[in-house]
Amino acid sequence: MDLRFTPEENAFRQDVRAFLKGALPEAIRKKMVEGRSLSKDDIVTWQRILNQKGWAVPHWAKEWGGTGWTPVQQHIYQEEREMLPAPDPLPFGVNMVGPVIIAFGSEAQKKRFLPRIANIDDWWAQGFSEPGSGSDLASLKTSAKREGDHYIVNGQKTWTTLAQYANWIFCLVRTDPAAKKQEGISFLLIDMKSKGITVRPIQTIDGGREVNEVFFDDVRVPVENLVGQENKGWDYAKFLLGNERTGIARVGISKERVRRLKELAALERVGDKPLIEDPAFRAKIAAIEVELKALEMTLLRVVADERSRKSNRPNPASSILKIKGSEIQQSITELALEIVGPYALPYERDDRGLLRNEPSDGPEWAAPIAPTYFNYRKVSIYGGSNEIQKNIIAKAVLGL
Amino acid sequence: MDFELSEEQRLLKESVQRLLADRYGFEARQRYMAEPEGWSRQVWRQYAELGLLGLPFEEKYGGFGGGPVETMIVMEAFGRALALEPLFATVILGGGLIRLGGSAAQQQALLPKIADGSLLLAFGHVERQSRFDLFDVATTAKKDGAGYVLDGAKSVVLHGDTADKLIVSARVAGARRDKSGVGLFLVDAKANGMSRRGYPTVDGLRAAEIQLSNVRVGADGVIGEAGNALPLIERAVDIAIAALSAEAVGAMAAMHELTVEYLKTRKQFGVPIGAFQVLQHRAVDMFVALEQARSMAYFATMMAEETNAIERRKAISAAKVQIGRSVKLVGQQAIQLHGGIGMTMEYKVGHYFKRATMIDTLYGDADHHLAELARLGGLVSRA
Ligand SMILES: Cc1cc2nc3c(=O)[nH]c(=O)nc-3n(C[C@H](O)[C@H](O)[C@H](O)COP(=O)(O)OP(=O)(O)OC[C@H]3O[C@@H](n4cnc5c(N)ncnc54)[C@H](O)[C@@H]3O)c2cc1C
Repeated sequence: MDLRFTPEENAFRQDVRAFLKGALPEAIRKKMVEGRSLSKDDIVTWQRILNQKGWAVPHWAKEWGGTGWTPVQQHIYQEEREMLPAPDPLPFGVNMVGPVIIAFGSEAQKKRFLPRIANIDDWWAQGFSEPGSGSDLASLKTSAKREGDHYIVNGQKTWTTLAQYANWIFCLVRTDPAAKKQEGISFLLIDMKSKGITVRPIQTIDGGREVNEVFFDDVRVPVENLVGQENKGWDYAKFLLGNERTGIARVGISKERVRRLKELAALERVGDKPLIEDPAFRAKIAAIEVELKALEMTLLRVVADERSRKSNRPNPASSILKIKGSEIQQSITELALEIVGPYALPYERDDRGLLRNEPSDGPEWAAPIAPTYFNYRKVSIYGGSNEIQKNIIAKAVLGL
Repeated sequence: MDFELSEEQRLLKESVQRLLADRYGFEARQRYMAEPEGWSRQVWRQYAELGLLGLPFEEKYGGFGGGPVETMIVMEAFGRALALEPLFATVILGGGLIRLGGSAAQQQALLPKIADGSLLLAFGHVERQSRFDLFDVATTAKKDGAGYVLDGAKSVVLHGDTADKLIVSARVAGARRDKSGVGLFLVDAKANGMSRRGYPTVDGLRAAEIQLSNVRVGADGVIGEAGNALPLIERAVDIAIAALSAEAVGAMAAMHELTVEYLKTRKQFGVPIGAFQVLQHRAVDMFVALEQARSMAYFATMMAEETNAIERRKAISAAKVQIGRSVKLVGQQAIQLHGGIGMTMEYKVGHYFKRATMIDTLYGDADHHLAELARLGGLVSRA
């Protein structure tokens, strides 16, 4: 057992840090630090910078643009990116549909889609959830009936993140209504410009516009857009959901946000002293740091284990990452709310839905704090709620 | 000891609930919010007709002589309805300061107008640096003949944008954080040297930033004792915190009901999600937190007009700690148990969550009041 990074890994970290620091546009970094929403342009700009360097999809197979990094190197890269803090490459493309296409797609699909995903020439959305099918995803009803060379898709997806920017959506659809529910599902790639698709925005409680409903009314999808085999879509979905084992811990992001908490707590004064000098408040931050360090060590155990693990079964410890990672992210937003005090109240948005803070005389960093606290309730709901994660651990890990 | 409402209190409760049930559907609320002032003048008039705007005032001022229990009843109903009108700013805070500390002439001039709905007040006290310390006042009041001249700025003044008159704290003597030397002044919103910038708050209500430069106040505009208004401010704020506690209980009760109802109707895996024991227990945790908060809102109500200021402050701080903790648990779990739908503007539960969360930040959050309570020696005496 040697728990330290090797000299090579440390050197790699320095290289990654140097590049990312030099490459990230300051305006984007500032928005990230302040917790303001990014525009479509920001995300595209940054991913293209990474892709130029060959770092947009490091975890992909080498022939499709992967870097061949070890799991430890990939971890270092993600952590450095998050701590900068820099945006993630669009996950729906690079972490979700990309790996599915690489593993199960046709050669034609790989050639057509993968380079465009890496360079974010296409903006992908994830069409899994439906109004009646959230945690119980396999009960989904959106149907695809084969008619000659096309599937005819009817139904509705919901909570579709950033579908307003998307020109492609990958969907789970029911192709065999008679089969057992997991066995009649297929994985379809659908052009958002197809006739019969309507996108309706859903405003979230923080006032943001990040999710949508997507309606399908007799949408014709060429059969060549089926991924893998018909009625095997559930397997691909499970692959997709289980794929990102380590990324969901968000340790790098949380480290940066704890740093930011300390910065803000030093700016805000209680009486004649900065809040950061209040021992009770310092203890609260320290308590989060302990949780975060424990999560980081758990994460490193999982990462190190990926290297040696032969089978494709995830390390049981990986199930902990989503639960703890989301709880820590949420508790950081709670502390930020406590720091900002009465200035949590003023609320203002400009016409693009981005926050600004002209009307109050409070600190200029105050405006996003309360909305972020509200918005971050989502992280224990999406991607398999924390209750569902615990069900999985109870069953798969504990055998209950 | 009797937790039952009297006949009159029961009638009050029923009539407030009926009015709000009538006028405060979800869509109606969205409409009021979109009105220029961010709330409904029409509903305001109905509050006046029902006597809500004069509830705590003496009958000779057009009021009903109600006490903290009556205020609690109304505020809990407001919490349930997520009412937007400036009753808290005008009647509880502004009206409270006048009722407790105003001269007979001020009471005569102002209280009947509050009661009939024609006068809106706001309390301009919080400043950029003051956070939750009621004594921290930098705005100055300089003696000028029989009156004063005010200079300074006030922040996050609840409903300060629509108030006709503001009650503003300012320092007549001493340093920024001295406990003595604070005065209270009644200022017309249109007075020379007053400027204000209104904005929406994250919970759907309104507030304003207020600038005072060279604002003249006559002797008749001084409320209470010019150099010694802190005890009055503390009394009025304590009563206001009791009222906010009741509002929070109303909002939490509504969130809990919505959640339990949702557990019974939302189906996943072929069963209502309320069949999952983990969610049952979570709903029970919410219930426990709600009832503990309700108990402490009663305690705050009971102690709101207590004459021993130390005992009163301790009780109010204790209540605010419990309210702060309960709104966190109830609010967060209400969203969690609703899943995605809880995260949307189109559904009611998130609006309760936001309002209840903001109540924690008003007049001291749970941490602030915990420290206060500890500093004052806690609730159980050692002797
Ligand atoms: C901001 C946001 C973005 C999203 N983006 C996307 C996206 O891009 N694409 C997409 O397809 N989906 C997306 N989702 C949907 C998300 O995956 C679902 O919200 C999630 O799966 C939960 O489903 P639900 O909302 O229907 O809640 P439900 O499944 O109805 O759950 C309600 C509550 O019941 C609990 N529960 C359910 N079943 C059980 C059980 N068996 N045991 C114990 N507790 C249980 C849940 O944990 C939750 O607390 C997004 C959601 C949000 C909030």
